[in-house]
Amino acid sequence: MSGFDLSAILSNPEYVEMLLHGIEMTFVIYIGSWLLAMTLALLFLGLRFSPLRFGDPVVAAYVSYHRNVPTLVQLMLWYFGIFTLMPQGWITWLAGHNAEAIFAIIGLGLCQAAYFSEDLRSGLRSVNPGQMEAAKALGHSYISAMRFVIMPQGVRNALPPLINHSVSLFKNSSLALVIGASELTHAVKEIENLSFRTFEIYLVGTVLYLFFSLLIMTGGAYLSMRADPARSARA
Amino acid sequence: MINDIIAIIKDYWLLLLIGQYPNGPLGGLANTLILSALSIALAFPVSILFALARLSKWPMLRWPVTALVYVTRGVPLLMLILWSYFLVPLWTGADVPSFVTMLTTLVVYQGAFLSEVVRAGIVALGHGQMEAARALGHSYLGAMRYIILPQALYNMIPSIISTFVSTIKDTTLGYVINVPDLTFAASQVNNQLLTQPFQVFLILAIVYYAICWSLTHVANRLERRIARRRAGPSSLRAAPLVATSKIVSEQL
Repeated sequence: MSGFDLSAILSNPEYVEMLLHGIEMTFVIYIGSWLLAMTLALLFLGLRFSPLRFGDPVVAAYVSYHRNVPTLVQLMLWYFGIFTLMPQGWITWLAGHNAEAIFAIIGLGLCQAAYFSEDLRSGLRSVNPGQMEAAKALGHSYISAMRFVIMPQGVRNALPPLINHSVSLFKNSSLALVIGASELTHAVKEIENLSFRTFEIYLVGTVLYLFFSLLIMTGGAYLSMRADPARSARA
Repeated sequence: MINDIIAIIKDYWLLLLIGQYPNGPLGGLANTLILSALSIALAFPVSILFALARLSKWPMLRWPVTALVYVTRGVPLLMLILWSYFLVPLWTGADVPSFVTMLTTLVVYQGAFLSEVVRAGIVALGHGQMEAARALGHSYLGAMRYIILPQALYNMIPSIISTFVSTIKDTTLGYVINVPDLTFAASQVNNQLLTQPFQVFLILAIVYYAICWSLTHVANRLERRIARRRAGPSSLRAAPLVATSKIVSEQL
């Protein structure tokens, strides 16, 4: 290996384009799975707090499965397992529409939903029950008390763990490499194979991941500050 | 479906359990557990050193370790594994087995995460303990060794078990650099069968679930027990509260 030379990577338009495509795919997977996870988490939250008797154990089992099975194995089960069991028409359609990325979004999103729903649940549970009673005494219905009194406080309490898990979801998007999605880590490995500039390209990849992770953390910190200035000042 | 799964387990249980052991390297579930246990055993002292460095009053110690912890937490584990995959052989100048590469990565990664737990445990004890120990004539290190760490680490036992669980889950990433662990063994089985990938990976998920769930369960029970212990006997806990409220009401 010759001397350290970052420009060998950054001045090559082909490599830069591969990196940009990797970043784009990483964000497609990240944002897609984040949205899926948050939608499911809110649904689970509704189920858990609803009077339906089966809601609680079903969600608890879901959370337990996704927390105790490695994310990589979940992705493998989806892509190598469930994908092959699907009807032929679906397989053909998915194969023509970037199946790797779609299954990465499904796998990561379903897994992350378990964490998000637990974060939101503990955030909501830390709201004093008196708040609900007070809201009802003021004439709110259950739904409107939830909407205007309980949820805003609960989500605010849940913000710090939600931000942490959003960052780990971003990091976990690199697992999509294993099922062949062409995200950032994939691009880094490809460029390494082409250029043999191992040290330089890993450095570029690491700095990119670090930059985006810190960006998400900073954004989260800003959000918490906006949501609750008094507490952030104390912390 | 169930019959397929039973048939696979019947045919391949030994491969899944210990890999190709007598005829090749140790692998399978045994390797996953050994790798996890070694990682956590080595990451533990590393994390104490990291935590002490981060709490140190010397910036020379504090800054580099803080930077290391931030980088480790901001970069995917997969990226770190790829780093060590080419750095470890470069440093040692020899052919390094993927097991060692994975172990090195996990020690640094879990060490950084665990150091935050240790730090929180030390900070949660409060200043009084350190001040009292210093007042009794302990040096800083002596107070750490005999007063602070024993208490902090006892409170940390559940977190250490949780970290152990996530280490077991993280070892699956060794798949990328061909560490012969349980995931690797399952994909070998899958390559031999070719026709039943869903069944094979379902077995894999069930095995991981069984192990991690039982450990999480142990951690939760310990956590409750430690919380009870630290709260002290209920009679002692209630008494001062009643007494204080009485005094307060008399004053009013």
